[in-house]
Amino acid sequence: MKRSGWLGIYAVAYLVFLYAPVVLLPLFAFNDATIIAFPLSGFTTEWFAQLATIEALHDSVINSLYIAVSTAILATCFGVFAARASSRYDFPAKRGIMGFIMIPMVLPEIIIAVALLVVLLQLGIALSAWTVILGHVLLCTPFSIAILNSAFLAMDRSLEEAAYDLGETRWSAFRLITLPLVMPGIVSSLLISFTISLDEFIIAFFLTGNEPTLPVYLWSQLRFPQKIPVVMALGTILLAASLILLTTAEYFRRRGVARTGAKDTGGFL
Amino acid sequence: MSAPLIELETVEKDYGEVLALAGVSAEIAAGEFFSLLGPSGCGKTTLLRTIAGFEDPTGGRVRIDGRDMEGVPANSRPTNMVFQSYAIFPHLSVGQNVGFGLRRKGLTKTEMARQVGEALEMVGLGGYEARASHALSGGQRQRVALARALIMKPKVLLLDEPLSALDKKLREQMQVELRKLQRQVGITFILVTHDQEEALIMSDRIAVMFDGQIAQLDSPQALYRRPVSRRVAEFIGVMNFIEAEVTAETGDRLTVDVAGLGAVDLSAEQCPGGGGGRGAAVGIRPETMTLLIDGETRSGRITEGSVEEVVYYGDMTYYDIRLDGVPAPVTISMRNLPGRAVLERGARARVAWDASAMVLFR
Repeated sequence: MKRSGWLGIYAVAYLVFLYAPVVLLPLFAFNDATIIAFPLSGFTTEWFAQLATIEALHDSVINSLYIAVSTAILATCFGVFAARASSRYDFPAKRGIMGFIMIPMVLPEIIIAVALLVVLLQLGIALSAWTVILGHVLLCTPFSIAILNSAFLAMDRSLEEAAYDLGETRWSAFRLITLPLVMPGIVSSLLISFTISLDEFIIAFFLTGNEPTLPVYLWSQLRFPQKIPVVMALGTILLAASLILLTTAEYFRRRGVARTGAKDTGGFL
Repeated sequence: MSAPLIELETVEKDYGEVLALAGVSAEIAAGEFFSLLGPSGCGKTTLLRTIAGFEDPTGGRVRIDGRDMEGVPANSRPTNMVFQSYAIFPHLSVGQNVGFGLRRKGLTKTEMARQVGEALEMVGLGGYEARASHALSGGQRQRVALARALIMKPKVLLLDEPLSALDKKLREQMQVELRKLQRQVGITFILVTHDQEEALIMSDRIAVMFDGQIAQLDSPQALYRRPVSRRVAEFIGVMNFIEAEVTAETGDRLTVDVAGLGAVDLSAEQCPGGGGGRGAAVGIRPETMTLLIDGETRSGRITEGSVEEVVYYGDMTYYDIRLDGVPAPVTISMRNLPGRAVLERGARARVAWDASAMVLFR
């Protein structure tokens, strides 16, 4: 079959549009001019050195990591509970309840952010890292459930019954059989929640008190043109970190698939 | 029969909209190979899971070894199950799978290894301990599942369609092997199957289930020869049904007028389903009738007809024959013995039959 040349051009254009800006990030991070424009004027690592001296930046990174890790753990725990319940048991109004939990996935974030802000202020709860975590858990749990639900559904439910039948308790059957088998799903869920929380802006912007997260801090710095190369340098580090993280996750996922002999359904990469 | 090992007393399971079990009563003896046979949705798996403790009956009682099982969860019942999917733990080795149930028994490592080795030996997988369980073939997985259940030394082994995932050759081989294994270990086996042939081959007794009830509980021979209803007869093998009418009844003899074949004399035993109606049907199995070739003779009764369809199976030939005066064609099976010709479609045929092979449904 002869393939149309136009489709090839479309695919290339698509990829260029998608990734060219990302490639520019490290390029300008090592450029020794404050203006972001070609031609490049020279090589420098000064912007990276500057990163090390900005204390507010360090605080925001620590804030973001703290929030992202807490969110990932909480959302994944809730995800495990909900996914197991919905994949194993039938209960009244199951579809309605599950649908309700999944709504934040499609609800505009600004609505969640404003609504939460109003409620928190009415309740007299001070804004802090924990209010951001609350918002992020709300946002991430549906993603976590979606990932874990497919992991639980892919597992033969007889496995847990077999362990129970062989004398284990419900809890130990879950721990010994189900947990190891849905572990790739749990790792995926942790990573996705972590990533969503780490770069989430709107909810963080509304609910963070005087402890900004990294995206909120970055946004505040973009008003100063001379800081842009530093932001580029920071972006480069984040890019490298997420690549390493995703590669590691994919490595563990494939190893898990190979070990249990399951059919590789592709995962997220 | 000694005291029954399992007593089912009007066991009911109501799922709200559907009644999966509508009062099942049966007694199963120790050491028996018992089958629950029926089409899908007849409640056989629900009954098995109720005995295992995975389902709570909404009515009636299940007693195992004289002990009421109400409130006894699956992990403390003297039963173990071989699942339809085998449920082999994919992240554990063969040895870890088989020894899984021993974890809580407080055995030493060497004792555990010895028992696992023995169990694997028993199912013909000696030395497979270290194999990865996901690399096993279907037949091997089934053996591991068996070893894993039998190592627990249950009073009852429950098997949920254990052979349905295997191909035909392997399935036939496993049927014989399972039966041998059951005799060897002497444990009561309860098998769920929708395959009537499998049930006939393996079981001491079979309960045929329809719509959440046991339609007939009998030995394989009684079930095949004396089915109590047309539905059971149709489910177990092939049977021809011919309209008939009961014309006279004296003591334990019945005179029945069979459409096209004339009056026959049947004993009350040939009407295992009972009933008193005049309108009826007689059933006759394909292999109990004989096609007479080249002027062969028989002492029994002979009816003429014409061959409508011929299906050649190699060892057997199945004929659909329209007997003169009989409304629907009857199926007859003949062994292809040396020298016996296979008739062509449209040929005239003479069929010998015997009233003693008939079953009356009224």
